[in-house]
Amino acid sequence: MTVAARVDSGRSRPFVRAMRNRAGDVALAVSSGAAILLVLMILAVILGDVVIHGGRRLSLSFFFTAPTEGMTQGGIFPALFGTLAMVLLMTVAVVPVGVATAVYLHEYAPARSLLTRAVRIAVSNLAGVPSIVFGLFGLGFFIQFVGVGLDKIFHGGERVWGQPALVWAALTMAVLTLPVVIVATEEALRAVPRELREASLALGATQFQTVYKVVLPQAVPGILTGTILAISRGAGEVAPILFTGVAYFLPHLPDSLHQQFMHLGNHIYVLSTQSPDVDATKPLLYATVLVLLIVTFVLNLAAVVVRARMRRRLAGVGA
Amino acid sequence: MTMTASAHGPELTMKLTVRDLEVFYGSKRGLAPVTLDLPEKNVTALIGPSGCGKSTFLRSLNRMNELIAGCKVKGDVRLDDEPIYGPGIDPVVVRRRIGMVFQRSNPFPKSIFENVAYGLRIGGINDRGEIAERVERALSHAALWEEVKDRLQENALSLSGGQQQRLCIARALAVEPEVLLMDEPASALDPIATAHIEELIDDLSKNYTVVIVTHNMQQAARVSDWTAFFYMGELVEYDRTNIIFTKPSKPKTEDYITGRFG
Repeated sequence: MTVAARVDSGRSRPFVRAMRNRAGDVALAVSSGAAILLVLMILAVILGDVVIHGGRRLSLSFFFTAPTEGMTQGGIFPALFGTLAMVLLMTVAVVPVGVATAVYLHEYAPARSLLTRAVRIAVSNLAGVPSIVFGLFGLGFFIQFVGVGLDKIFHGGERVWGQPALVWAALTMAVLTLPVVIVATEEALRAVPRELREASLALGATQFQTVYKVVLPQAVPGILTGTILAISRGAGEVAPILFTGVAYFLPHLPDSLHQQFMHLGNHIYVLSTQSPDVDATKPLLYATVLVLLIVTFVLNLAAVVVRARMRRRLAGVGA
Repeated sequence: MTMTASAHGPELTMKLTVRDLEVFYGSKRGLAPVTLDLPEKNVTALIGPSGCGKSTFLRSLNRMNELIAGCKVKGDVRLDDEPIYGPGIDPVVVRRRIGMVFQRSNPFPKSIFENVAYGLRIGGINDRGEIAERVERALSHAALWEEVKDRLQENALSLSGGQQQRLCIARALAVEPEVLLMDEPASALDPIATAHIEELIDDLSKNYTVVIVTHNMQQAARVSDWTAFFYMGELVEYDRTNIIFTKPSKPKTEDYITGRFG
């Protein structure tokens, strides 16, 4: 090999490597672009299909009337009402418990204690349990144990609470969404600067005052994020409520916590598989799916707006 | 090492007396036993290179160290003869009497007014008139009242860095502590804001016992009556500031103040 050749190859090797890197960059950009496109297309197809087929059937009366004629006519009001009631009850149950758990884990529990670790492991395992198992848990614990127990004590064994009901479905769903709220809240607490805690404590505040007046207000946007995620999950899941409170059809709205309720997700399942005349229910089915999407979207949007306003206030712009 | 200021003048009352104060982080010793007295209504500066133990010492004076996991404090600190590490002494009560200002200003993301009122409210004061009066007094005392009196409801984060630090001082003063601990209160500020804070410290020493940690030796010389020099987790020398800066008795101190290291 001549001197010149050696110099030449010495120059070209980094050049080749640079070209290969460039080719890698392009390939990565193209493939990730294609992946995004694919995701968007799937979303567009689903949404487009639902909107086109369901939009035609949507009307104010569809929202506000009950199904009629063996569910081939009428609206979805009981299912809409049931879904909203269940999600509301679930939120009322899950947010305080989830926030309290996260506050304990992050602010009070000694970081490396056995108990703290055990609770953390339990929370992450809870998140991995299939939703139908939560349904069975709700049936076994809330209905058979708590509900029947209540009946024995207060109603002389007569069945009032010991049967599938709105409250048990909401509580089962709350257990399902608990990890979401805990994890999001802990994340938010972790983001509160230590300096603020120290400032409060150095002024002679107790740990509780510091958490309540300084740390939690800072964590509110994060807690709301957790709540949003929990609501989205809770509005769409059907498996946990199958055994714990949802009804195939009810002629009237539930007027107490121990009654069964209709639910949009379950109603979709009923319309698509349990109807005597599938062709007749198809337009209704599309419209119901669209309503479920709208409900989830509106709940999300509301929470996002509240969170954005809280963030602005904390940042000192809006105040 | 034993150094008591009482030898230097019988007219001084000692606000804080520290005996064999030792601090451990896990198994590592962060501060070798320190014994010294801090005279009332005087400014004491703690100087020394980074990691020398001066902040550790400062934070043990109002029991802020115990917030750090694995931190253990030994020895005795007395505030007017009351042992602050005594059995049954609530650190919350100690911190109400010994206030603290931190290196980085840390106002709460609340209004200017609510920042100063915070310590009063958590202390159980609910009377609106009293709170308003004490907020104004604290802000005036911190030389901030004139600048903020028309914007008390604005968010504290809208203030400049120097104003934020004076707000933090006002917040600490509002609860009327007896001692004010300051951990490099001006290190993040520009020279004008620093000058403001230094004037303020001078003024505060008429009513408060001030202990200030500083990296800046000119600052220590300007603001303090007493200076303690820490090195490698030990108290090397403690004396009147003019003595420390003119004829220190330890060669290590002289090396440090003349800029030979650190």
